[in-house]
Parts: sequence; C-alpha cells; structure tokens
Amino acid sequence: MEFKFSEANNKNIKDILGKYPVKKAAVMPVLYLAQEQNGYISNEVMLEISNVLEMTPEDVLGVVTFYTMYHQSPVGKNHIQVCTNVSCMLRGGYEIYDTVREKLGISNGQVTQDMKFSLEEVECMGSCGTAPMIAVNEDYYENLTKEQVINILESLK
Amino acid sequence: MEKIVLPEIKDYHLIDVYIKNGGYESAKKAFTFSTDEIIDQVKKSGLRGRGGAAFLAGLKWSFMPKSSDKPKYLCINGDESEPGSFKDRQIFEYNPHQLIEGILITAYAIQANTCYIYIRGEYHKWIKLLQKALDDAYSNGLVGEKMKDTFGIGFCTNIYIHKGAGAYICGEESSLMNSIEGQRGYPRVKPPFPAQNGLWGCPTTINNVETITNVPPIIKNGWEWFSKIGEPKHPGTILYGLSGHINKPGIYELPSGTLLTDLIYKYGGGVPGDKKVLCVIPGGSSMPPLRGDQIEGVKMDAESLKAYGTAIGTGGVIVMDEDTDLVKILARIAKFYYHESCGQCTPCREGTGWMLKILNRLVSGEGSVKDLDLLVSVANNIEGNTICALGEAAAWPVKFMITRFRDYFEKRVSSENILPVRNKVHSMRNTAISIDTEQN
Repeated sequence: MEFKFSEANNKNIKDILGKYPVKKAAVMPVLYLAQEQNGYISNEVMLEISNVLEMTPEDVLGVVTFYTMYHQSPVGKNHIQVCTNVSCMLRGGYEIYDTVREKLGISNGQVTQDMKFSLEEVECMGSCGTAPMIAVNEDYYENLTKEQVINILESLK
Repeated sequence: MEKIVLPEIKDYHLIDVYIKNGGYESAKKAFTFSTDEIIDQVKKSGLRGRGGAAFLAGLKWSFMPKSSDKPKYLCINGDESEPGSFKDRQIFEYNPHQLIEGILITAYAIQANTCYIYIRGEYHKWIKLLQKALDDAYSNGLVGEKMKDTFGIGFCTNIYIHKGAGAYICGEESSLMNSIEGQRGYPRVKPPFPAQNGLWGCPTTINNVETITNVPPIIKNGWEWFSKIGEPKHPGTILYGLSGHINKPGIYELPSGTLLTDLIYKYGGGVPGDKKVLCVIPGGSSMPPLRGDQIEGVKMDAESLKAYGTAIGTGGVIVMDEDTDLVKILARIAKFYYHESCGQCTPCREGTGWMLKILNRLVSGEGSVKDLDLLVSVANNIEGNTICALGEAAAWPVKFMITRFRDYFEKRVSSENILPVRNKVHSMRNTAISIDTEQN
C-alpha cells in the first residue's frame, strides 16, 4: 500500500530539515514521524522517505534495522516494554517480565490477536534507581510490584 | 555540602525561577572573557568528563582548531544507556537551564554555531521537558540569533535535540556523530579525532550532559573554588547513582572521592535485610566489579578507583547482596553487550556471542572447568582489538568477574562436564582419533 506523509507531517519535515545542513540527517526524526502516522515502518514508508530525503532506499533500510525503536511490523496499541537488565533484574525485573508474559499470553516480540498488546524485553531504560519498571508506549511505570503490573495491564484493556 | 549540578531549589527547572536565582548570569560573565580565557579557566578547574572516560574537559576544548573555514559543532551526549546510569534524566527534569547555559558558554568557548543534544529515544518524557526549557530559553532571547542582542555580543548558537532510537553504541562519540548524520550508528576509526574531523567532516566537540552542567558554576565562582571540591585530581561533585540491592536507590550528588561504603550505608541506607555485600560494580555495568570484602576504604573518583583496578565510569553503583547468583548476573551483562555490539569488528561481534553461549552453559550447570579460562581468553582477545571501547566494555565485566570471583565460579563448574562439540564440519569428517577420545 502506497504511503504518503500527511499534510501536517510535510510541514513537520520542513521544520526538521531546518535543523541539519544536509537532508539525510533528517532520516531518524522523519522515521519517527512515519512510524507515528503509519504505526510501523513498511517498505513503502522507506521508499517514500528515500524520495523525500533523496537517499537510496537501502540507506533508509540500514538505519531502520540498526535501531531497535523502529518497528518493521505492527505492534500492539499498548506496546509493553519490560527491562530485565542488571539493576532491574536484581529487584525482580524477570518476575515482572514473566507476570506480563503470563497475563498477556504472548512472548517476546509477539502481539496479541486483538492487536491491543505487544511485548518486548528491552535493555536498560535508565530506571535503575526506580527498578523494576515497564514502559507502555512512551510512558514509564516505575518501582513496580507484580500486583501493580497486573493492575496497569487491566486498566489498559 | 553545596549541590552544584542539582541544587535543591523548588521549581528550579522553570526559567523564571532559574533567572531569579542568578541564572544566565554566568553566560553573561563568560561572554566578557575571550574564548581562550574560558578554556583556560575550565582547564585549571580540573573539570573532567562525566560520561565515562573522565577526560579533562578544558583540554578537550583546546583541541578545536582556532581558525577553520568550516563550521564548528558541539554535541552534548545524553544517550545514557549504560546499565546502572540514570543521572542525565535528573538534569533534564530538574535543572535543564543550567545545561542550556553551560552549552552557551561551551559553544562560545569553541565558537560552535550549532549544537546537538543527543538524547536516547526511550526518554520521551525528558525530551519533552528539555524541549520546553529550550523553547522558553529561545523565547527569552537567550539562544539563537536573538542572543546577540540580549547579551550584546557578536556570537550566536542554535541548540537542537536529536532523538536516538534505541542503540547503546550511540553513546560512543563517533557513533553518536554518525547517528546525527543519519547513518547506522557505527563508531569511526580514530584518528582523525572529532576536533579535526567530526560531524560532516567539521571540527566537533562532544561532552556529557553532566560535564556541561558543571560549567556555569565554574565561570560564576571561579576555577579555584571548583578545584577545591572533593579529590584534587578529579574535582567537583559527582552524580552517584545507587541501584540494585540497596534500601534507598537513587541519584546522590556528593563530592568526588566519597567513600563507597558511605554511599552504600550512610546515603543508600544499607542492603535490604542487612545482608552482606557480595559484589559492587562502581561505575555502570561495563566497569570491573569489586568484591564485597574489598570495598572498605575505596574512594569514588577516577584516580582512586584506578588504584583498585576499576574505574569511575558514569558513577552508577550497582550493589549485589550475598544471595545474588553472580553467574546469572554475568550472563545477563554478557547478553546486553552481545545485543548492543554494532557488528563492525569481528572480535566484538563474535566474541560477545561466544561469551554469552559459554555463560549460558554455566547457568544451566553444564559448565566445564575449562570454560572459565576460555571465557577469560575470549575476553582478552576482544579487549584492545576493536575500533571503539565497546570491546573493553564487553570484555571487562567477564574477565574481572571471573578472575576476582574465581572461587565462586569454580563452584559452579565441574571437571566431569565435557564440552559438547557441535562443529558440523568435524562431525562430517572421518578423523583418525575420535573427538571424544581427543578431549579426554
């Protein structure tokens, strides 16, 4: 399916281009815009970005695959990210991760059938002092217990 | 003790409150000096980088060419992805204007007309907070073209936030620059160093968020004042981050050289359940760990920690109590570096995976005695053989955890276990001696 940036995003891209001396440098922020508009980065999105920023599609693909925050397939409406790195692990990060997994019935990288939830085990999110944590889309939830995690997930349904 | 980076003033993050408390006066003062005078003051203050390498900030600035027909750039590193580090987000949230003021002074000192603040993509909330502060600074005429009128100088600089997208390696300065340029975050071979050949081939300086936030107070109070705080060779305060098995985790701003035991017991409230400390990582997960029985008298600054065979890193202290499974912890750390290796250099790309595989074998109880030496050998072959310091970051925890806790790890392996050979080429070939016999 063909992808075109919305009117508003075309204006945003113009603003972004003003920050950098070359067009290519805008690729990361523009990918974020596209992901917000389209939900994920499809091949069509990458083609359109390569046109807008005058790069090869391969260069766009190279950027997309290098960074973990660009999704190449649709994620759930609530993208649940659980940190299991050392500081969280020491304070029960894996218990939180298992709780989320059992509650949602999906494992790392999967999406629920109703597309409401997806799960990702992530590396350190910078919440070591407030561990354990989960992030739902852009929002952090910190200093969690299993019960709180279940409550959060239920409130999202 | 006075707080320099995170002063305890209510609503200090608001521009009005910041200005009322003398905010942006340091910039005004700095602009009456020549660029050389500022660099000289910061050099004399002894301010060292807070991002991990503890390099002298003033010295770094002095590497920037005085005359250049190319534009100059300043990058502020707020990628903050080292496990155990969570200090920069406090600055974005509670003291963004001091960071912006520090950027103005630094940009003036190195004559950079454009500055990028690189912040990790997961920090959506903090990016918004900093952007708000930046917008306020712009509308008050403190940044951009208008600052020429506000400060009555012929210099101006623009500040932009560049949002990362989930790659630990982008905290490495040359990788950070590639990321801003819109490329995969591959580290570059050095030399040439960024001061000669940085962003788009132009002279560039990269400093950590905390380092730059220290600059306005140095200009305001003078370098002598700063150089007398904490340890003389690494002066100033440090934002220590306490995490893991600790009663009161969090960020503590204290003079450099604070005792590690004070951090854990006096400020951090000790270990839950009054358990003994088994292991402490003093500066983020890549730094060599210390044994719990080694921490008495250890001072937390770059030079003192060097004497104990470790480093200050980002000041992120991870505490582990006596019931911690160090094998699992080390396997998790190894998994992190395996995941974050950019894949450019073979020793790191392959070695991190091998270390993880071997450590997973240890976790499942199938580890052989040979595995411990094998792990150290793999780590030694990564260290020093890669373009960037991720090689060391991946090798050190494995190498030093095993050598310093050898007794602990030996209990988790057995000479009964024979390493399985899964090399297909070997298994398809007729050999004179069967592989099983060879191993015994």
